[in-house]
Amino acid sequence: MAKSIDVSDLNIYYGSFLAVQDVTMAIQARSVTALIGPSGCGKSTFLRSLNRMHEVIPGARVEGKVVIDGQDLYGPDIDPVGVRRQIGMVFQRPNPFPTMSIYENTAAGMRLNNRKLPKKDLDEKVERSLRAANLWEEVKDRLDRPGSGLSGGQQQRLCIARAIAVEPQVLLMDEPCSALDPISTLAIEDLISDLKERYTIVIVTHNMQQAARVSDRTGFFTIAGTGKPGHLVEMDDTSKIFSTPSNKQTEDYISGRFG
Amino acid sequence: MTTATPQRESTSGLAEMPLVRGNLPNWAPWATLVGAALVGVAASMGLGLHIALAILLAMLVHSVAIYAWSRAVEGGRRATDRLVTTIVTSAFLLALVPLISVVVTVLQKGLVRFDSEFFTFSMRGIVGEGGGAYHAIIGTLIVTGLAAAISIPIGLMSAVYLVEYGRGRLAKAVTFFVDVMTGIPSIVAGLFAYALFVLFFGPGVRMGLAGAVALSVLMVPVVVRSTEEMLKLVPNELREASYALGIPKWRTVVKIVLPTAVAGIASGVTLAIARVIGETAPLLIVAGTTTALNLNPFEDSRMATLPVFSYYSYALPGVPREPYLDRAWAAALTLILIVMALNLAGRIIARLFAPRVR
Repeated sequence: MAKSIDVSDLNIYYGSFLAVQDVTMAIQARSVTALIGPSGCGKSTFLRSLNRMHEVIPGARVEGKVVIDGQDLYGPDIDPVGVRRQIGMVFQRPNPFPTMSIYENTAAGMRLNNRKLPKKDLDEKVERSLRAANLWEEVKDRLDRPGSGLSGGQQQRLCIARAIAVEPQVLLMDEPCSALDPISTLAIEDLISDLKERYTIVIVTHNMQQAARVSDRTGFFTIAGTGKPGHLVEMDDTSKIFSTPSNKQTEDYISGRFG
Repeated sequence: MTTATPQRESTSGLAEMPLVRGNLPNWAPWATLVGAALVGVAASMGLGLHIALAILLAMLVHSVAIYAWSRAVEGGRRATDRLVTTIVTSAFLLALVPLISVVVTVLQKGLVRFDSEFFTFSMRGIVGEGGGAYHAIIGTLIVTGLAAAISIPIGLMSAVYLVEYGRGRLAKAVTFFVDVMTGIPSIVAGLFAYALFVLFFGPGVRMGLAGAVALSVLMVPVVVRSTEEMLKLVPNELREASYALGIPKWRTVVKIVLPTAVAGIASGVTLAIARVIGETAPLLIVAGTTTALNLNPFEDSRMATLPVFSYYSYALPGVPREPYLDRAWAAALTLILIVMALNLAGRIIARLFAPRVR
């Protein structure tokens, strides 16, 4: 069910400001693609443009093509809501809905997408999603408690469960571990390895060890200077990027000699 | 220790890092307060100073005394702290004086007729003693309830438009006019409702619905403003999380944003109701007053309300005066209790709806 994504000549703007310039990359299905690079280089902006979350910000727009399953996401007939149903997203800070319980949080995507599911099916899907997010054992006795009462790492796994409950084709993760401790990070990384069997995963991270651990392919973004647009320097197999990168900038960055 | 300047070491024989300083005992402010109070009493008895001036004098003496004493023992910063503490406390007490005075007066005079007859009888056929404000209480509840029924949907939807959808000129214009409406004097709202209803019912129209329209003119901006503030407090991350699940915008607003903000919205709405329930001027014009119970706000007939009842009983009492004045005070007390109950209800609603943690 996972799909690959082909991005070509993508320019991303905030108003008249060009934030990311001329990105072309192929994201393979059923694999983990990591995006690394210094702060402000447009990794997150690029990630958000992959499920049309970018345009939620007033004045933001995109030029170029993002093709998934033969369809251009930015084509005139595309419904952004439909796009987001197929391409889920996990954010940097865990953000469970504060008014909802753990169960309701997990079921939110299914319930609010106008799909009337019988209670039994819903229960089943909630359990499956929570199990897939490695959270079931920890919360199965308190599904009716508020999601905001969980620890940070559990909340983030709840958000992942919520995202995969709607059964997307692709899962985008924007620094999903940057607010978490090493143990929770490990739990999420294990989860990512499990999930890539079924989903196409794109993960933005500041942690290069993490990129090396979880990803199959890595893209390195950088920025020429303040006010300049970010761009993709190179993209290759993760093992190659971290051993013999073809670009000097990449080598400097991953060896800590950046700038 | 390397950071200490050498000059200081050589000139003063004190420790390099002076961390010890003098302290006034805990009872110090109370001591100066008692002293200052004695000075005030003496001035009031001896010099025949008015009681208010004597209290002012005592506060001045206390401020000066505590400041000077503290400065001598504790140093400048603590002295300023004590002075400002005194000023802030005095300002608070001063602000409490009218509140307490109102509550005491209304309780004293209102309790005289605060009996079961007051709540079960109208003024129909009553001259002098007896009677009650049943008709006015029901009138107030009908008019305010209708006003709320008109204003809450309009206000809520305007606020949702402003926060979630409004961009550009229209949103700016709406915000501007809401601000303007906040400043409308209530009498103007009454005249507006009168002018509006004259178009349909002819001159001299008096009706409950007209009163409700006048009140909702005053209420809508309050509801819009408070709801807007509450919606702005909902973190954008929640909206984005919802969009990322493929939930359409309108469902995000209805199912995620509004429930998250509902506690604040509910208390804002209650405060808006409390704000208009005591309005007198517009109801004087468009609802009028009557002595009998009127349950139909949609026909052209007068409808009594508590503030107007209170106003007429006090301004144009019959003979003998006393029963009328007592009823006016009892009506005022009832109104205050209704507002208090509303505020309490608002708090309870806010607590019931508040997002739970754990």
